[in-house]
Amino acid sequence: MENTRKKKKPVTRRAFLQSLGGGAVGVSVASRVLGAEPPLFQSGPGEMELFAKKKIQMTINGKRIRLEAEAGETLLSVLRDRLRLTGTKRTCNRGECGGCTVLLDGKAVYACHIFALQADGADILTVEGLTGGEKLHPVQQAFIDKDGYQCGFCTPGFIMSSVALLNKNKQPSLDEIKAGLAGNLCRCGNYQKIYEAVAAAAESVRRG
Amino acid sequence: MKKDQAIEDAHLEYMELAQNPGSPAAAAKPQPQPKPGEFKHIGQDTPRVDGKKIVTGAAAFTHDLYFDGMLNAKILRSPHASADVVSIDLGPALNYPGVMAALKLKEGRVKWAGEQIAAVAALDEKTAEEALALIKVEYKVLPHVVSEEKAMEQGAPPVQDQGNVQKLNEYNRGDIEKGFKEADLVFEQTYKTSWEVHQTAETHSSLAKWDGDNLTVWDSTQAVQSVRDGLARSLNIPAGRVKVIKHYMGGGFGSKLSLNDYTVVAARLARETGRPVKVVLTRKENSYCVGYRPSARMTIKAGVKKDGTLTAIHWKNYVCGGIGRGDRCAEPATDVYKCPNVKVEEYSVFVNTCGSRATRAPGHTQGTFGLEGFMEELAAKLDLDPLELRLKNYSAKDKGDTGTIYSTKGLDQCYKLGAEKIGWARRNKKPGAGSGKIRTGIGLASQIWPGAGVPGTLADLKIYADGSIEVECGTQDIGCGTRTHIAVVAAETLGLEPRDISVKIGNSDYPWAPISGGSLTTPSVAPAVRDAALKAAEYLKGLASKKLNVAPAEIALENNKLVVKADPAKAVEIKELARSLPRPIVFHGERSAHPSTYVFQTFGAHFAEVEVDTETGKIRVKKVVAAHDIGRVINRLTAESQVLGGITQGLSAALFEEKLMDPETGTMVNPNLHDYKIATSLDIPEIVPLFADVVDDRLNNLGAKGLGEPPRIPPSAAIANAVYNAIGVHVREIPMTPAKVLAALKRKEAKP
Repeated sequence: MENTRKKKKPVTRRAFLQSLGGGAVGVSVASRVLGAEPPLFQSGPGEMELFAKKKIQMTINGKRIRLEAEAGETLLSVLRDRLRLTGTKRTCNRGECGGCTVLLDGKAVYACHIFALQADGADILTVEGLTGGEKLHPVQQAFIDKDGYQCGFCTPGFIMSSVALLNKNKQPSLDEIKAGLAGNLCRCGNYQKIYEAVAAAAESVRRG
Repeated sequence: MKKDQAIEDAHLEYMELAQNPGSPAAAAKPQPQPKPGEFKHIGQDTPRVDGKKIVTGAAAFTHDLYFDGMLNAKILRSPHASADVVSIDLGPALNYPGVMAALKLKEGRVKWAGEQIAAVAALDEKTAEEALALIKVEYKVLPHVVSEEKAMEQGAPPVQDQGNVQKLNEYNRGDIEKGFKEADLVFEQTYKTSWEVHQTAETHSSLAKWDGDNLTVWDSTQAVQSVRDGLARSLNIPAGRVKVIKHYMGGGFGSKLSLNDYTVVAARLARETGRPVKVVLTRKENSYCVGYRPSARMTIKAGVKKDGTLTAIHWKNYVCGGIGRGDRCAEPATDVYKCPNVKVEEYSVFVNTCGSRATRAPGHTQGTFGLEGFMEELAAKLDLDPLELRLKNYSAKDKGDTGTIYSTKGLDQCYKLGAEKIGWARRNKKPGAGSGKIRTGIGLASQIWPGAGVPGTLADLKIYADGSIEVECGTQDIGCGTRTHIAVVAAETLGLEPRDISVKIGNSDYPWAPISGGSLTTPSVAPAVRDAALKAAEYLKGLASKKLNVAPAEIALENNKLVVKADPAKAVEIKELARSLPRPIVFHGERSAHPSTYVFQTFGAHFAEVEVDTETGKIRVKKVVAAHDIGRVINRLTAESQVLGGITQGLSAALFEEKLMDPETGTMVNPNLHDYKIATSLDIPEIVPLFADVVDDRLNNLGAKGLGEPPRIPPSAAIANAVYNAIGVHVREIPMTPAKVLAALKRKEAKP
C-alpha cells in the first residue's frame, strides 16, 4: 500500500511549490500523499517549515475569512469547493480561458492560477460580491441589456475582467475593450455584444 | 460498442429530426397567423428574462451543484489507441482511503485512446484522481492508425471489421456523363476541412442521485428527454423512474445531444454507494473524449456552360470521423443550385480516435466550404461575377430545382441585402488584382439548412387562481434564450409582458419537446406555446364575455386586461377573472404538422471582407455581413447573438482550429485551450446581422424557423473566398494557417 502510494502525485507541483516557498515561507507539502515521503532538504542557513497546511486569511466579498489551506490548493478551489461561490467557473483550470477571473486587490486574475497560499492577506472580489442587494453593477446591467452572453458560463469571468478594465480606464476605445478582454474566451462567440455591453457600462458609469 | 451505437443513433436522430418530413393531411389545416403590426414583443428586442441570474453568478450549471454527502467520480481512460484489455485490478484503488466505490468499464478491444476503462467514486476529486493511478490494467497493445491517409493504405491496421473505408452515402439524379458533354467547361478541384472540437465552456458533467428506485440526473445536456430514455435503457429501469434536469448548460454545439457514457457511470456509482455522485470531465477529457466535427476531403467536378449554367456535378468525398461514420456532406451540392445531373459518392474512413459527433450544422459546414469555394473558382474561370453565377443557378425547388417547391425562399433577398451592405462592387473584379504587401478582398457564400421544427412538440400553459401564468415545456435552453422566447410568445398572445410569464423548462417530466439541436428548438417550441396561449386566450375571453356582456370576439387581451375593443373603458383584469377559477386551468399546446407538399428550409448568405499580409500569410477578417431568411424572428436581440456566434465559430474554424494527433502514440497532442486555438476577442471582425422579410404561413402558427445552424454554415467558405479575392489563389484547406497561405502564394508564383 505504501509503495503504491509513493509512486504517485506529480513531483512537478512539489518542485514548483518549493521554488515558490523559498526561504522564510518554507515548503508546505500536500499531506496525504506526500506525507510518507522523506523531506527534501538542502544544507545551509535559513529556515524551513514542513506544514501540510497553513493558516491564512483573506477578505472575500467584504467578509474576512480565516482558513487552513493545503499547499496545492488553488484560490479557485477555495472559492468553489469550500465556499460554494460557484459564480467563478472552473473552465480550463490551467490559465487559458479566463472563466475563473476574480479581482485580487483590484486586479483581474485567474483564480485557477493562484494558490490559496499566495492569496494570504489579499482582498478578493467575485461576481457574487459585485451586487449590493437588488441593484446590479452597471456592467452586469449592460450585459443584460445588450445580450452580452449566450450560454452564460463565461459571463462572470467576462464581467470581472470588464469591471477591472473600467476601474482602470473610464472610457475605453473599442480596441482597448478588445485588449482588456483578450484573456477571456467566449466559445458561443458573442464578443461583439460583449464589447457593446462594456461600452454601454462605461457610458452609464460616466453619466452616473 | 453499445456506446458507439448510441452516439450513432443520436446522430441519426439529429439529422432525421432536422429534416423531418411534413404530413399530407396538414395542408388542409390553416395556420392562424398574427398580422404584422399586431406585435408588441415578437420580433422586437427582448432582453433575456433570466439575465439577472446569469450576470450575478446565480445561474446553476451542473458544475455548480454540490449536494450533501456527494461523491466525485473520475474515469480511467485507455492510454492506447488500439489494445485488448487483458485484466483490470481495482483492489488497490478500492483500498485507498476516501474511495467509496470503483467500477470496471471495459472488456475486450479498445479502439481509441481515451476509451473508458474504469471509474472510482471518492470523497473528493483529488482523492478520486489519485486512486485512478492505483488501478492496475494489463493491456495487449495492438497497432493503431490515426491518419486518414495511412488508414487507406494497403495493410493498414484494421479499425473496423469491415475495413477502413466504407460507403457512407450515394445519390444520383439525371446523367452526369450527359451533363459533362453538354458543358463548355469541365472543372475539378479538391477541398479539405479539419477536425474541429466543440470545446464547450462547461466541460461535460452529470450528477446522479437515487431516491429508492427513482433516479434523478442533473446533466449538462442538450436533450433532457433523450438522456432520460437512454438512462432507462442502459440501466434497464422504467423510463418513468428517471428524471433528467438541466437548469443551465455551458455550451453543447452538438456534443451533448444524447446520453453520455460517463453519465451512466455516475448513475451506477450513485446506486452502489447510496450517495449522490458527480462527474466533471477535465478540459483535457473534454478535448479528446467527447467528439469533434469529422473532416471532409471533397473532390468536386462540375460541368458548366459559358453563361454559368451548371450541367453536371460529381461530388466525391472522404469523411473521417475516427471510429464513427462521420457526416454526409453532399446536401449543399445536391440542393443549393439548379443542376439536373448530380452524382454523389461519400465514404467513411475509419481511424483509431474518438468517434465524431454532430457539430453545429453537421455536414453542411464541410459541404458548403467545398461547394462554395468551388463556385468561387468556377466564377473566376468563366470571368463571371461570383454573385451572378449563383443567381444564374438559383432554384425554386429542392434537389437542385428537380424536387418539391420551397414554401418560401428568401435567399435572393439575402443576396441583395448582404451585397448592398458589404459594398459588393468594391471587390477585386479579378481575384488578386490589388498590389502591395497587404491585400484586401471580398467573398460570399450561401447556405441552406432545414430548421423547420418538429410536429408533436408539446407545451402546457397554466393559469393559477391568483392570475399568475406559467408555461411548462420539456425543452432546454442551451444558450439561445429559449426561456425568453417562450415568455415572449406567451406574453404576446395574452397581452402580458414577458417578465409576467414564469417559464419552467429543462426537466424531462415536462411535456415532450425535441433535442435542442438541428435548429429545432424555436420552430418546435414557440408554436406549441402559441397554441396553448391561444387556447387560454379563448378561455379567458369566454369568461370575460359574461362579465362584460359582449361576445368573445369583441374582446382583446392587452396590458394584463381583457378589453372591449369598441369601448376600451370596459375591461376586466386577468387577475380578477382568475379569482373565479375553481382550480388552476391547464391548456395543452401542440406544434401541429406542416404540409408535405412543400419543402421548408432556412436560407442565408454571408459576405466577408479580409486583409491578407502576403509576407506573413496572416489573415485578418475585417467585416462579415450575414443575411438570413429564417421566417419570422421571435426575438431580434437573441437572434443577432446566434448570428454573431455562428460567424465567430466559423471564423475560428477557418483560421485556427484543428485537432492534431500524434501518429506514434495515437493520442491528441493539443487537448487544451492553449494549443487548440479558438478565436479570441482580438480576432473578431465587425459583424452585421440582417434578416430577410419573409414569413412562412404554411409552416406553423408563427412562421418561425430555426437559427442555430444557419449562421455557422457559410462563414468559413465566405472568408476563404474573400482570401481568394484578395490574393488570387485559393486556399482550399481549413484552417487557413499562415503557412498554408504562404504555400498558396508560392503555388501562384510557380504558375506561368
